[in-house]
Amino acid sequence: MKPLALSQFTATSAIGRGLAETLAALSERRGALAPCAFETVALATCVGEVGQLEAVRLPAALARFECRNHRLALLGLEQDGFSAAVRRCAARRGAARIGVLLGTSTSGMLQTELAYRARTPAGALPPGFDYAATHNPYALADFVRRVLGLEGPAAVISTACSSSAKVFGAAARMIGAGLIDAAVVGGVDSLCLTTLYGFHALQLTAREPCRPFDVARAGISIGEAAAFALLEPLEDVADPEAIRLTGVGESSDAYHMSSPHPDGRGALAAMRQALDSAGLEARQIEYINLHGTGTASNDSAEARAVSTLFGHTVPASSTKGATGHTLGAAGALEAVICALSLRHGLLPGGLNTTAVDPALEVDYLTETRRAPLTRVLSNSFGFGGSNCSLVLERHPGGA
Amino acid sequence: MTAGTTGLKAYVRGIGLLGPGLADWTLGAAVLRGERPHTSTPVELPAPAALPSAERRRTGATVRLALAAGLEALHGAGLEGSGLATVFASSGGDGAICDEICSALATPERQISPTRFHNSVHNAASGYWSIALGATAASTALAAYDGSFVAGLLEALSQLASTGRPVLLVAYETDYPEPLRTARPIAAPFATALLLDANPGAHAAAHLQASLTGQPADTLPESSLEALRAGVPAARALPLLKRIARCEGGRVVLDYLNDLRLAVNITPCP
Repeated sequence: MKPLALSQFTATSAIGRGLAETLAALSERRGALAPCAFETVALATCVGEVGQLEAVRLPAALARFECRNHRLALLGLEQDGFSAAVRRCAARRGAARIGVLLGTSTSGMLQTELAYRARTPAGALPPGFDYAATHNPYALADFVRRVLGLEGPAAVISTACSSSAKVFGAAARMIGAGLIDAAVVGGVDSLCLTTLYGFHALQLTAREPCRPFDVARAGISIGEAAAFALLEPLEDVADPEAIRLTGVGESSDAYHMSSPHPDGRGALAAMRQALDSAGLEARQIEYINLHGTGTASNDSAEARAVSTLFGHTVPASSTKGATGHTLGAAGALEAVICALSLRHGLLPGGLNTTAVDPALEVDYLTETRRAPLTRVLSNSFGFGGSNCSLVLERHPGGA
Repeated sequence: MTAGTTGLKAYVRGIGLLGPGLADWTLGAAVLRGERPHTSTPVELPAPAALPSAERRRTGATVRLALAAGLEALHGAGLEGSGLATVFASSGGDGAICDEICSALATPERQISPTRFHNSVHNAASGYWSIALGATAASTALAAYDGSFVAGLLEALSQLASTGRPVLLVAYETDYPEPLRTARPIAAPFATALLLDANPGAHAAAHLQASLTGQPADTLPESSLEALRAGVPAARALPLLKRIARCEGGRVVLDYLNDLRLAVNITPCP
């Protein structure tokens, strides 16, 4: 594919608001998973909750979009000068030439959960409930597009936990086809009861903070995040060391709705395709940000796929031990973490993992390492067997 | 915005259709040509025979609807499904499952069925499609509220421009049970599918070229079809399907976002 620059990017999750806090937490190995005290949830599990979201105020003109997911989206957009940079880009290119492609799994579904609790005696949802502006998946892109004043094409991709990785591919194709000149991509997912009780029903949530790739891994810890990037053609960006998106791979397991193919067949295909589209050999990848959810079967399938393609020596880790699994936001959050890794030469060691499972034949980092990086890969895999891998690069001196 | 400046174009090699009074593309095309009256016959949702029985039992109305339309377009084109990329476009996924989950979460026990939970994902139809056909290629599931058909068409056309390989677009929506129905009234279950390719194959129905426009969306003169078009996001495709059914060329404008529409130039194939 034709490389694109991430000319701006930002991330907000339980480990920090914006890039500086996120980088500091990763460097200092500070995780943010804590026993779940969200809403009225009574489950023995840990979550990565973004603090003080209640204090975020939506613009008065967008009051109908009021929900936790959009408060988190707005908080994320306000970090690192992201909104201002997009508005400058829109002034330069025209607001109609910038697309908005975002991922989420549950959007503002919490509003519907709360509305069902507040049903009238006749069984109706309470007055003021606004499905279109909160729960519907597109509400996220609608809200972000309005906040940023953009007028180009927009959509939400909702393929469970690969959602906000796949938006990078969709945006690259739209730019390649000449439909748009640039795109705001990203993902926002926030805590809600459906995912907490749903993953619990599937027996996939851990009691203790999740331990990806550990021999005693016992499931996921759910988190929430908002992460965004502005994608522009490389030649339009002045910074020769801008982070580049150079490869995207997408595949389907065609196996099971909620379990990965045991050999990681789809994961392998997605990683291969990402390398092919970047024009790279496996040996050129220097760090892999694993999907690494911390369930027995996910980590085992991913390890098989990674070791088949990369052997056993490429440093790899999951940052979900720090942030939790942010579901539909994970692809974008971890792409931004990869961008930070490239910019700062940081290979974040996975948290909570004390004894790497010897059956998982990858070089799983449990300590943070410092080394110059030029090419990294990020994996995101989801329910329905939906897989997406991204290759990101940074070339010192702009070579 | 100038029309025709993008590389967004494709041949339509197969079409699927399923909606009230539109039992499949052959019967539906006759209705769209005005050769048969449009009746309000309810939609019958076939259990997807291509799925293993355990999986088949787990599928809800939305998945069955999407798979039926997708399979009709696939068979119409005479293509294999296993290597085919797919785009699934739906405004909101399965409302019945959403209602069950939210109802359960409003009880003290909060017991959610694990199967309901994994079927609640927006990409459920995409997942079941890939299992049914052994389809391991890229598959996506997206949403743009009432503009979901056009959002899916743009994704499918830009995939085709990027890979040169055929793409199956499936747009679908089922109606919601109360109390959600009041908040999101969907007129009826409706699905359509287009198998899009850079090559016409043996019997393509039409060639499409798309561009963005600010002009208002076309409506349909037949009141029952217009009620469907306006009442179901996936049925926003009807003005396009009508032209194809009638082998008419020309330009249609399809609904998309609050301030943006898609113009499609249609050239019928001989």
